[in-house]
Amino acid sequence: MATIGPGIFHSVISEDEGDNEIDLPVFLLDRRPVTNREFLQFIDTNPEWSRDHVIRLFADTGYLSHWISATELGPDVDAEQPLTHVSWFSATAYCEAKGARLPRWYEWEFAAAADVTRADARDDPIWRQQILNWYATPGGRSLAPIAQRAANFYGVYDLHGLVWEWVEDYNALLVAADSREQGGADKVRFCGAGALSMERKENYAILMRIAMLNSLEAAYTTRNLGFRCAADVLEGA
Amino acid sequence: MKNGRLTSSATIGMLLCLTFSLVSCDAPSQTNTKAADYRTIMDTGGSAAGDLGAPVGEPIVATLTSAPNVPPPIDRDTPAKVIVNLEVRELEMPISEGVMYTFWTFGGTVPGSFIRVRQGDTIEFHLANHPSSKMPHNIDLHAVTGSGGGASSSFTAPGHESQFTFKALNQGLFVYHCATAPVGMHVANGMYGLILVEPPEGLPPVDREYYVMQGDFYTVGKYREKGHQEFDMQKAIDENATYVLFNGSEGALVGDNALRANTGETIRLFVGNGGPNLVSSFHVIGEIFDKVFSEGGTHYQENVQTTLVPAGGSAMIEFRVEVPGTLVIVDHSIFRAFNKGALGMIKVDGPEDLAVYTGKEVDSVYLGDKAQDLAIVAEVAAAQSTTGAVTVTQQIAAGEVLFAGTCSVCHQADGSGLATVFPPLANSDFFLSDRTRAIDIVLNGLTGPVTVNGERYDSIMPPMSQLNDDEIANILTYSLNSWGNDSGRVTQDEVSERRASTERTPGAAR
Repeated sequence: MATIGPGIFHSVISEDEGDNEIDLPVFLLDRRPVTNREFLQFIDTNPEWSRDHVIRLFADTGYLSHWISATELGPDVDAEQPLTHVSWFSATAYCEAKGARLPRWYEWEFAAAADVTRADARDDPIWRQQILNWYATPGGRSLAPIAQRAANFYGVYDLHGLVWEWVEDYNALLVAADSREQGGADKVRFCGAGALSMERKENYAILMRIAMLNSLEAAYTTRNLGFRCAADVLEGA
Repeated sequence: MKNGRLTSSATIGMLLCLTFSLVSCDAPSQTNTKAADYRTIMDTGGSAAGDLGAPVGEPIVATLTSAPNVPPPIDRDTPAKVIVNLEVRELEMPISEGVMYTFWTFGGTVPGSFIRVRQGDTIEFHLANHPSSKMPHNIDLHAVTGSGGGASSSFTAPGHESQFTFKALNQGLFVYHCATAPVGMHVANGMYGLILVEPPEGLPPVDREYYVMQGDFYTVGKYREKGHQEFDMQKAIDENATYVLFNGSEGALVGDNALRANTGETIRLFVGNGGPNLVSSFHVIGEIFDKVFSEGGTHYQENVQTTLVPAGGSAMIEFRVEVPGTLVIVDHSIFRAFNKGALGMIKVDGPEDLAVYTGKEVDSVYLGDKAQDLAIVAEVAAAQSTTGAVTVTQQIAAGEVLFAGTCSVCHQADGSGLATVFPPLANSDFFLSDRTRAIDIVLNGLTGPVTVNGERYDSIMPPMSQLNDDEIANILTYSLNSWGNDSGRVTQDEVSERRASTERTPGAAR
């Protein structure tokens, strides 16, 4: 895991009106997304999370559907590809089994604001366009293995360009921002409302990530959604 | 959509009645029968009169069609429950010959599938998002009375399906589109279509019905720059469209894909404009619109040449064709038609009617390369851009098509020019003696006197720098090998080099 922060994160969504500066304490973040191989090991030691045994409330019928069986990857799946077809519940269980947790939205975005050389590349239009290009590419093609491209400023790989990633508070985003207003939670979900309340409107990739996470329920799995773990820094560690 | 025509006496009567009814607001029908008549004739009653009761009979699964076709007219006189199954797919498809783009689609096409229902119907709407999609999507149908037009109830992650139900209270021709943030990008990638809510009595029968939807597209590369093109957010914000197209691709309504009709037939066009940005000045060259239900509403205007179709809006247009030929559908903001692709065709077959029109077909003068089959151009460009290897023969073939569209207007199809006005290219000493100068002239134009084959010409050739390097190379190679010109070749790299080392004429493209 990489050690990131502490720092002040200039968020595009304000927690309270006008307050965009989030105090982030130091945290640890997996350098790479969780892979098929790693999750298979988790299934071996925690068979209640295999797709044959998982409680349907915790994972929909797409869960691990790309594996050839409940306990084997099969020849069409590369062990080093990021794990996909995984729900929030199962991702959380995996991280907890390692004494970790899912990253929080601010932590993930703080780490993802970086490119190879800079901690915050969000003002660079070329960098922003590259991310948008990936979002515009259809998801049908086979996934690349992890860590094929350069790590970012923090030594973290694949926050962009590989898969969407779960965060711990994926569903709390909009409620916190707008829940005082009637129908507020819906505002960013459709139409131009995201443009109204968002800072740095030109960073459309963030809006698209918010939209993606908001379309999900905790049991959902999709072909292009994976995760990595995070952890708090222990006192004296 | 009823007859909205008024006689002049009825108009005066109506104005008088409205004046009186403003004074006494209660029960105007008691004080003024003329006011009641006006409302009965003119007013459909809006959504308040749109609830025609509970659905009757078994649920119907709606027939959806892809443009330019529409489902058959509704043939019932009671409201029904209609089930609509629409699937979102993200697909890479050609936007122009040799140019690929990632479209996000309703039903696998741009525009999306055409939905046809009746006022008062209860529509159970299923929106599925294909598992291969990268993005979540939803739908806002302008026909829906309800939150977000359905968008708040249809937000769907990839590999999932949403359902919501609404009653179509208002008749009309409505746009639908995706409304997932960032909305402009979803719309710009092709996520729009039309839903027709027929009036209870249906539409009068016509011979042909077609579905045409305009949209503006924004790519990082230039117009017709070959290869895969990405969406350009900054151009979309600046409203600087790269392509303006009918039905999602440059060839959609041209050549073999042209719409068809016979003389004497009445055509109804369901016209939409998905935007995201541009308003259309919709016109059909060679015809007048007998009826325009502007903005897809209930009343029509007659005898219209060009009608505005708002972004996120529609128009229903009817006209009768009397003579054979090719009618050209354009956005009359004319650079969009000739430089961005906003061009389609209706081919009308049948006997001539010389009393109505005696002239030649329109396309030989107007359209030039638009009527040509651009497939060879694309094939050659693809070879040029991928392997870098293209033969002289291929260049000549591509160049011939391009020459016909751009150069033959002045220099003539046989390269002979126009005496004292436009110099010849065939056996031209001026042209053949200096290849670099030839490239420069195509790029930057030429003004002033020149002597060609002993004759003096003093005219203006405008710069053609809007053509891409491969296009100029192919045109020149074709010219060097035609009409008795012996041989020769110009490569794409030579043109690039000249483009870089000479200045653009003020006002010329890049």
